[in-house]
Amino acid sequence: MGQPLLTLRGLTKAYPGVVANDDVSFEIGEGEIHALLGENGAGKSTLVKMIYGLVKPDAGAMTLRGQAFAPSQPAEARRAGVAMVFQHFSLFDALSVAENVALGMENSPRTRDLARQIRDVSEAYGLPLDPFRVVGTLSAGERQRVEIIRCLLQDPKLLIMDEPTSVLTPQEVTILFETLRKLRSEGTSILYISHKLEEIRALCDTATILRLGKRVATCTPAETTARALAEMMVGASFATPKARATTPGDVLLEVKALSLPAPGAFGTPLRDVSLQLRAGEVLGIGGVAGNGQDELLAALSGERLAPRGSVLLKGRDISRDGPVARRGQGLLSGPEERLGHAAAPNMSLVENGVLTAARRAGLVRRGFIDWRAAGAFADTVIKRFDVRTPSAQTAARALSGGNLQKFVIGREIVQDPDVLVVNQPTWGVDAAAAAAIRQALLDLAADGTGILVISQDLDELMEISDRFAALNEGRLSEARPVADLSIEKIGLMMGGAHDMEVAHETA
Amino acid sequence: MDLSSISPILLIASIMISATPILLAAIGEMVVERAGVLNLGVEGMMITGAVVGFAVAINTGQPALGFAAAALAAALLSLSFGFLTQVLLSNQVATGLGLTLVGLGLSSLIGKPYEGMKTPTLPKLDLGPLSDLPVLGRMLFSHDIMVYLSLVLVAAVWAFLKYTRAGLILRAVGESHDAAHALGYKVVRVRMAAIFFGGACAGLGGAYLSLVRVPQWTEGMTAGAGWIALAIVVFASWRAERVLIGAYLFGGVTVLQLNLQAAGAAVPVALLSASPYLMTILVLVAISARGTHGAPASLGQPFHAIQ
Repeated sequence: MGQPLLTLRGLTKAYPGVVANDDVSFEIGEGEIHALLGENGAGKSTLVKMIYGLVKPDAGAMTLRGQAFAPSQPAEARRAGVAMVFQHFSLFDALSVAENVALGMENSPRTRDLARQIRDVSEAYGLPLDPFRVVGTLSAGERQRVEIIRCLLQDPKLLIMDEPTSVLTPQEVTILFETLRKLRSEGTSILYISHKLEEIRALCDTATILRLGKRVATCTPAETTARALAEMMVGASFATPKARATTPGDVLLEVKALSLPAPGAFGTPLRDVSLQLRAGEVLGIGGVAGNGQDELLAALSGERLAPRGSVLLKGRDISRDGPVARRGQGLLSGPEERLGHAAAPNMSLVENGVLTAARRAGLVRRGFIDWRAAGAFADTVIKRFDVRTPSAQTAARALSGGNLQKFVIGREIVQDPDVLVVNQPTWGVDAAAAAAIRQALLDLAADGTGILVISQDLDELMEISDRFAALNEGRLSEARPVADLSIEKIGLMMGGAHDMEVAHETA
Repeated sequence: MDLSSISPILLIASIMISATPILLAAIGEMVVERAGVLNLGVEGMMITGAVVGFAVAINTGQPALGFAAAALAAALLSLSFGFLTQVLLSNQVATGLGLTLVGLGLSSLIGKPYEGMKTPTLPKLDLGPLSDLPVLGRMLFSHDIMVYLSLVLVAAVWAFLKYTRAGLILRAVGESHDAAHALGYKVVRVRMAAIFFGGACAGLGGAYLSLVRVPQWTEGMTAGAGWIALAIVVFASWRAERVLIGAYLFGGVTVLQLNLQAAGAAVPVALLSASPYLMTILVLVAISARGTHGAPASLGQPFHAIQ
């Protein structure tokens, strides 16, 4: 590969109390797809922010094509040919595709010219996109296209991608990979950050693995097993969930032809959703983000009331019961958004425990909170689910994503539900914590709880579900036993199919 | 009552006068809010503008200088709000309310010596043949320059937000400060500039009250105009052209109820005087019920760059 495109030497960045990056060195070659792998908190984001000029390193240096490279702000990095596709936080919902693209460019042309350029590039790379659509109405896959096209219009030498596939269907992932390979063949280097080991093995030429801010290894992923990569990342072997053979019992939760209008301008209506959940079974619900997942969870948890007769728990109509009443009857739920929905960010873990467990765990006496019992409850969750926190009095927002997720899921499991509904239980959680959460869900099912898991991670659903159904534009497909399915069939069930055909034609 | 005593020509002419101060304050506040900042101190900035403008106009004999001083004074006051909320990350609602109280207090202190005095006011513009038009001339084309400037300002803000890159960045900052920051835009700087502009506009609006509309200085003379301006921004769903409609609608109801009082309508005077405010509340309720708001997504949220 000759001279490397970007060389990092001894990059170090410390924050109060934590060293995010400690003497990290590696090279990215010309026309190479380089994976950056590591758990949450391993220092991937900080490293990438230094390359993109958002963070200044305390020590160390970078060279880009032999020239010293020390961007003090993103504009400088962009001028040098470094572009970045963010995991989140970088699109503006209320603005159009063209406006979003213009904001990411140094010198944006007039809107009309820009719209034409967007069309040209999007067709050249098989990423169809209408420049005048408002971004808030786009699917997750389309939103990512906006970001990619924004980068491509600047003709980057190095494209940084932060967890690009976490919200895509298998077909969309295929398209993305084709785009990335095409870019590589044109000489663009890609720094690809991901948790998904199989993807990295399929796509990347080289992988650098970070652990606790330090570079652990650089290897060729195609010659390494996923398990070996994962162990380098975690630093210890972790238990993969054990499959179980259970016979499902009685129907616990039944949804009959549930339809609900969209809750807001960017929401999705539920259309004629029907499902049955039996005791001891895990029902997995897949689908691309924004196809009714949040709405389904809200209708089941009781945040939104459903039409009479549409939601039944153990044969009893609970459609008009609110969340507290449903909890009382044994239906617990854990929403997707950890901070602000599942947990109140500024309240302590003890207080967050009281918020959902007050009644079921008997934490309230005569209208007053029994703080001793509440503390004991939080400690139980922390101990049983290995939540790493200084104490139970720590504010929820101070925990890392994985630890808070273990707490909010564990909080429901400890309450011994009859039915548990969770949305994205392992989103943004590192491999070890994800395995622990999945195992806890399986153990709970083995004890006879009916579990409904909504997730965008198909591998996860395949691993833990007994049956699988997919949401598409608010409609739920029929649930099928996972044993009869292939990942391709599932992709089609998720119904991205018609959208994908367009993409293939133009590709 | 005698409705024939209400002249439509004079009615429309006085609606334009009565709407101008609110229009100025509201268009400024709209820009501030589009940048994601909620400045509840409009009332305080307006009345500061009113008293400073009045004092400078009296001392120099130049109303134009009065307007300039008013804009500057209110803008400086708004910068204190900007410093507190953007740099020291204080709560925007509480700081904005504080700004109103400071403005009210400061203005009565400065204004004490000027009570009851007369000020030179802005001359009516002579727009030549336009002003000589039979009905329309009196109605639309014989006002002072600030009326037309306020209309030009609305058009300029509209075009700025829609067509310029700076306007796009301002909207982006108000929509998602995290995303804007990630792309390398200076969130705090953009917001400070917007706050400064909003302060200057509120100052002009206040000065219009004390130099043209009344024209006199009395303590607390803005009488809630700043709050109405805030309500109009919501009414307008943060769109410049609708701010114009909102301000003229409110100005219209204000003038109409004064005319009805003069004509001796059989409605209690108190109710008539309250009618513009009642209407504001009703319209806001109706708009909220409709659901779509168009509020900038980061409105009122503190921005703290974590690096």
